[in-house]
Amino acid sequence: MAEVALRNIQKSFGGAKVIHGVDLEIRDGEFVVFVGPSGCGKSTLLRLIAGLEDITEGDLFIDGERVNDWAPAKRRIAMVFQSYALYPHMSVYDNMAFGLELAKASRSEIDARVREAARLLQIDDLLDRKPRQLSGGQRQRVAIGRAIVRDPKVFLFDEPLSNLDAALRVQTRIEIAKLHADTRATMIYVTHDQVEAMTLADRIVVLNKGRIEQVGTPLELYHRPANLFVAGFIGSPQMNFVPVEAVSAGSDHIEVRLPGGQTLPVPVHPEGTRTGEALTLGIRPDHLQVREDGPFRGRIELVEQLGENHLLYVAADGLRLTARETGDSRHRAGDVVSLAATGESCHLFRGSGEALPLTVPRGDRTTPPQSRTA
Amino acid sequence: MTDVTAPGLAGAATRPRGRASSLTRTRVRSAWAFIAPALVVLVLVAGWPLARTIWFSFTDADLNNLSDYTFIGFENYLANYDGEWLGLLTDPDWWRSVWNTLWFTLVSVSIETVLGIVVALILNAHFPGRGIMRAVILIPWAIPTVVSAKMWNWMLHDQFGVINDMLLRLGIIAAPITWTANPDTALWTVVMVDVWKTTPFMALLILAALQMLPQDIYEAAKVDGVHPMRVFFRVTLPLIKPALLVAVIFRALDALRVFDLIYVLTANSKDTMSMSVFARQQLVEFQEVGLGSAASTLIFLIIALLVAATLVAGRVRLGEETR
Amino acid sequence: MKVLTRIGFWLLVAAIALFSLFPFYYAVISSFRSGADLFTVAYVPESFDLSNYFAVFQRQPFGRNILNSIIVAGAVVAVSLALGITAAYAFGRIAFRGRSLLLMTILGVSMFPQVAVLSGMFELIRSLGLYNTLPGLILANLMLTLPFTTWVLTTFMREMPKEIEEAAFVDGATPWIVVRRVFLPLMAPAAVTTGLLAFIVSWNEFLFALTFTLTNERRTVPPAIALMTGSTAYELPWGTIMAASVIVTLPIIALVLVFQRKIVAGLTAGAVKG
Repeated sequence: MAEVALRNIQKSFGGAKVIHGVDLEIRDGEFVVFVGPSGCGKSTLLRLIAGLEDITEGDLFIDGERVNDWAPAKRRIAMVFQSYALYPHMSVYDNMAFGLELAKASRSEIDARVREAARLLQIDDLLDRKPRQLSGGQRQRVAIGRAIVRDPKVFLFDEPLSNLDAALRVQTRIEIAKLHADTRATMIYVTHDQVEAMTLADRIVVLNKGRIEQVGTPLELYHRPANLFVAGFIGSPQMNFVPVEAVSAGSDHIEVRLPGGQTLPVPVHPEGTRTGEALTLGIRPDHLQVREDGPFRGRIELVEQLGENHLLYVAADGLRLTARETGDSRHRAGDVVSLAATGESCHLFRGSGEALPLTVPRGDRTTPPQSRTA
Repeated sequence: MTDVTAPGLAGAATRPRGRASSLTRTRVRSAWAFIAPALVVLVLVAGWPLARTIWFSFTDADLNNLSDYTFIGFENYLANYDGEWLGLLTDPDWWRSVWNTLWFTLVSVSIETVLGIVVALILNAHFPGRGIMRAVILIPWAIPTVVSAKMWNWMLHDQFGVINDMLLRLGIIAAPITWTANPDTALWTVVMVDVWKTTPFMALLILAALQMLPQDIYEAAKVDGVHPMRVFFRVTLPLIKPALLVAVIFRALDALRVFDLIYVLTANSKDTMSMSVFARQQLVEFQEVGLGSAASTLIFLIIALLVAATLVAGRVRLGEETR
Repeated sequence: MKVLTRIGFWLLVAAIALFSLFPFYYAVISSFRSGADLFTVAYVPESFDLSNYFAVFQRQPFGRNILNSIIVAGAVVAVSLALGITAAYAFGRIAFRGRSLLLMTILGVSMFPQVAVLSGMFELIRSLGLYNTLPGLILANLMLTLPFTTWVLTTFMREMPKEIEEAAFVDGATPWIVVRRVFLPLMAPAAVTTGLLAFIVSWNEFLFALTFTLTNERRTVPPAIALMTGSTAYELPWGTIMAASVIVTLPIIALVLVFQRKIVAGLTAGAVKG
């Protein structure tokens, strides 16, 4: 159990800089998920923490000690790889025992720890098998078991579920959550799947192009995205973005003009927004409703029926908007509809991409995010 | 060098500004420990002897007493005594062997390439017994060169040989031919035995390239009704060209240093003598280490130039793969 | 037309098979004939006379020659693989300064003409006191096998998954343990292939064996066969030579047939991919 601290961590490959100064404090026992699009540097960051890559600049602390120059094994971390990385020529037992054996643990201690981990993961009857005789899910358990027996300070997971099929992924996800609840170990988990991030994390770190975009609890990120990138990345389907213009600014709201000409008051702190400034209005699909007098009028291009809800793709005022409503849709492609949203459910972003702070707290009255990819 | 650093375990080649982590440092240090034994052996059995050979080529060393020699400069290559030019570069036998080697390389590799393509195309077709055929063509390749040369010597025997017997019975020739002794047929005979022995190697390399080709383009061509010959010249050949080129270069380098086959098949006959046979004859039989080494050095230079040209041409590709 | 194509195809297959097999077939029949029989041509086996096979071992130390070849080839394979695998790990998986240049040099050495080192090697072997000994031949043959085993094993090593190595480092392994405990077992099939190719190269090697040995007892099989003489200088003992040829070729053919796929994989790894 340990806290992990990253201070201005930078990483270059040759001339190309891939991590641009990351600062992050991970608390003891916390489950932190690194998420971001591919190439954002999340795996590199994990590998820097593991010691599999050199840190070009900055300091990495595990349990208060600067470990930049420490070999992976000395850092007392354990890593679960995307491809499981089991030793193909060793039995399940030997796979789990290898690290302890190298650490010169006694036979009896190795045996006790391997069997305990196997029991915990319900793979006790597989101990004599070779990895090729196991299913994907079983291999993943062995990989996790190999991490557990080492009794690490920090568990590192590198997209551990991406090679599993959908059903198994959900099941294993739940088991990892349980493992964290049971062990209360510090865990760092890399994924590109926001559902995994939302369901597993105590805190999510959103990365983009080697920089941290935002750090926060899953609901913080969903309800109070710090910028356009996070707003667009978290939540599925993606948030709608509408170019608007500031008409007037009050002390606790900004009035904006929509592309159709109507105005909408949005409860955010203006923070010096000038009249006439171009802003981006963000509306989650769940907050767009079909309404007779809605300001966004357009033709439905496509209706996706998902059972518990449905998605409408509407072309309005040169924009393509997505709306989600519960139940079955009364509409069909080709219908002309109007969509409306309340100012209280909207987000406003400045030209730099930064979000204007909300004046009304969010999160208590909106529904948690749903996703089709679950 | 086009040394692309692997994105995974980056090495000291890129020399990050921060100090290398313990893992990278240990790995790079161990890299040198791991290659050191192989390097030491290679320097001992390749680098050092090569350097000594080149050195000997500037001396008048004799095989019986290798420690007693004097430096004579380029005299083994070219020297002028009283207006008369002497040395290797004026030796008609040397030039004969160079010519023989080049002719042998060009003709045998050409024939092997064409036949290799034919055999590979056949083995690439689906027919019963394909696996057996693939094993069958490996047999000539696996037979030691000395043994195959002896087998052919016997088959080509002027009086009791089966080849003459066959050709006489078929009425193709009127009198037995002394295949390996007749200057008109000797080098062709060597080429034929080499073709027999090394076409399988070519065929297997080409077959490997053929099997990597995507099948759908052939199905598309079939659907479009393109004539198979046209498909071969317009689709197959361009696609296997890189692999074919590598195979041809490997074979050519092999052919340029040919020794066993010619030595056993035709002994030290001048009609077929290759550069390697010439050099060994000077060195061992005539005990002229200086002259033999000069010939060896020239052979090395010729082949080294070709290798260098090949490597430069193929460097980008190799560099990419050195990840 | 279609039938004609099929007939043509099978004729071609038959021709290739005949051309490939006939010399060995003819050597086998000839080896079972002796004396005056040999001076008539036979296309089908008509006698089964083993006297040539006895003669090979009686007239000269052919058993000893075979043993020499096995010792030399075996030692060459063992040394080449041991040095090749460790070097291949460094070349295939560690990015260090000068790696590409070294690898190119090694590839270059594998294309060396043997004769280019002949006089230097002769001097080396003499000065080490290894002239006319098996260790001398082993040392010389390493020049032929070590570069290409290193090269082929490096291409195999590159294909090993990176994450397995990393998992081992996380488990606390040193590079040496990674090679010995993780890659050595995983590389076993590749090592078999490469070792087989090295064995064949050494088994067939002629120039060094001819030049660096003096007495019949120290010769390996190729020079022994090449230098076989009969009772007179003009009359070569063809029956005996054919018997010897069959004896040394059979095990190689057996190896090739058994490991056919592996050999093809090794050849293409060394050539096409290189």
